[in-house]
Amino acid sequence: MNLWNRLMCYSRRRSPWLFHMNGGSCNGCDIELIASLTPRYDAEQLGVRLEGSPRHADILCITGPITHNAVNPIKTVYDQVCGPKAVVAIGSCPATTNVFIDSRTLAGPLNLHIPVDVFVPGCPPRPDAIIQGVAKAAEILAERAAKKLPVEPVVMPLVGPGCGGACGCTAADKSGAKEAQP
Amino acid sequence: MNLTTALARLLIFPGLLFAVPAAWFFLWVERKAVALMQGRIGPPFMQPFYDFIKLLGKSTPPRSGVSGLLMKMWPLIAVSAAAGAVGLLPVLPSSGGFEGDLILLLALLELPSICIIAAGFSSRSIFGEIGSAREAALSVSYNVVFLLAIVSIAASQHTFRLEALAGLPTSPLHWLGVVAILVCLPAKLHINPFSLPNAEQEIYSGPMTEYAGPELAMWELSHGLEWVAATGLVATLAAPHLTLWWLAALVFVGLSFAVVLLLSAVAAATARLAIDTTVRFYWQCTLIFAVLAISSALFMRIRS
Repeated sequence: MNLWNRLMCYSRRRSPWLFHMNGGSCNGCDIELIASLTPRYDAEQLGVRLEGSPRHADILCITGPITHNAVNPIKTVYDQVCGPKAVVAIGSCPATTNVFIDSRTLAGPLNLHIPVDVFVPGCPPRPDAIIQGVAKAAEILAERAAKKLPVEPVVMPLVGPGCGGACGCTAADKSGAKEAQP
Repeated sequence: MNLTTALARLLIFPGLLFAVPAAWFFLWVERKAVALMQGRIGPPFMQPFYDFIKLLGKSTPPRSGVSGLLMKMWPLIAVSAAAGAVGLLPVLPSSGGFEGDLILLLALLELPSICIIAAGFSSRSIFGEIGSAREAALSVSYNVVFLLAIVSIAASQHTFRLEALAGLPTSPLHWLGVVAILVCLPAKLHINPFSLPNAEQEIYSGPMTEYAGPELAMWELSHGLEWVAATGLVATLAAPHLTLWWLAALVFVGLSFAVVLLLSAVAAATARLAIDTTVRFYWQCTLIFAVLAISSALFMRIRS
């Protein structure tokens, strides 16, 4: 890899711009995505910017269990995001349709319609889990663009209280996280 | 000014070689200052550079026909106009210049805004058209004040030459003009409280909605260069006259930095105004100062 490609790969990893789309979500995950940009979590440290237009974005963040009405808009928006791009499914709904499973208004999990790169589980996931998922998606995007290789979807570990140490946190971290709850 | 010095000013200092890193630096300072004032840590130092490189590597949607060609042209015109405006600034003492370069600077400063209006309409997106209409309304309101302020400064000093303006001793009238220019800068740079044309979450990204990849990178760069040119104009008018070239350059950069900080503080402290409030603000509140400045300038000119 020459210098320009390495610089490009590094820049792609350091500058993930998001486009947020609701696929029939209850708004729980949407609020958490916005919370990850607030002073407490400050995703802008990683270069994250929430963009108004899908044409500007690198990473498509989709919440909700994907209703029939949402399928075509999601496909359209996915096509409008210019490559290289990645998709992050935020919350348990786009991954499994969660508690809405078997509902006749749903068109199933998100990966039936568009390729998903990172699943961030949780109902809703914590903002730090979302930031971790976005950082992982930026890494996947940069590697895929550099090597032209297909990358398998990644399921991020649960973060925060109730994760059972799956995320590699210690007991001290978890007590701190509990204190942070109002 | 002969061809060599003109090229050196356009390409090296204060032109492209200085202005492009300065544009990225000012974009970073603005984002970082807003983040710090909101109690966040903010983006890393190289962030605008990474954004620019990343956008260069993205694909663009295929565009055909005349409107496709025009859409590719507008950001390039905007970047070259803004770079030309930076190149005209008399940063170094006795660096040349010509009679009437202030008028050329004003025209070049106005070109990016006209390009934004045209780009929004040629993109044929409804959000782009709304953004362009807002930009046009905004431009008509602040430009009256902006131009009257500059004309009052020029009339009180009897010259349209930038270097002569920067060199002459200042008067109270001069400072009134500088304050009027400062009031117009948030609207010129599309930052809060006048971030109407690219109002995020309201009309998506306004005129930029349809742009992607390298074209968007050019828009970001032209925005940064506008920052350098507009703050540089204020720095030129406010700087004391110095003969040492390195001290003059240092004072120029320091003053520009202070103006960026001031504008960022205003952006962080305010929310977006509606278009009718903005137009009323410029036509009713600030126009009085501009008219006062120009009428007293003309009065003094007649008396002298």
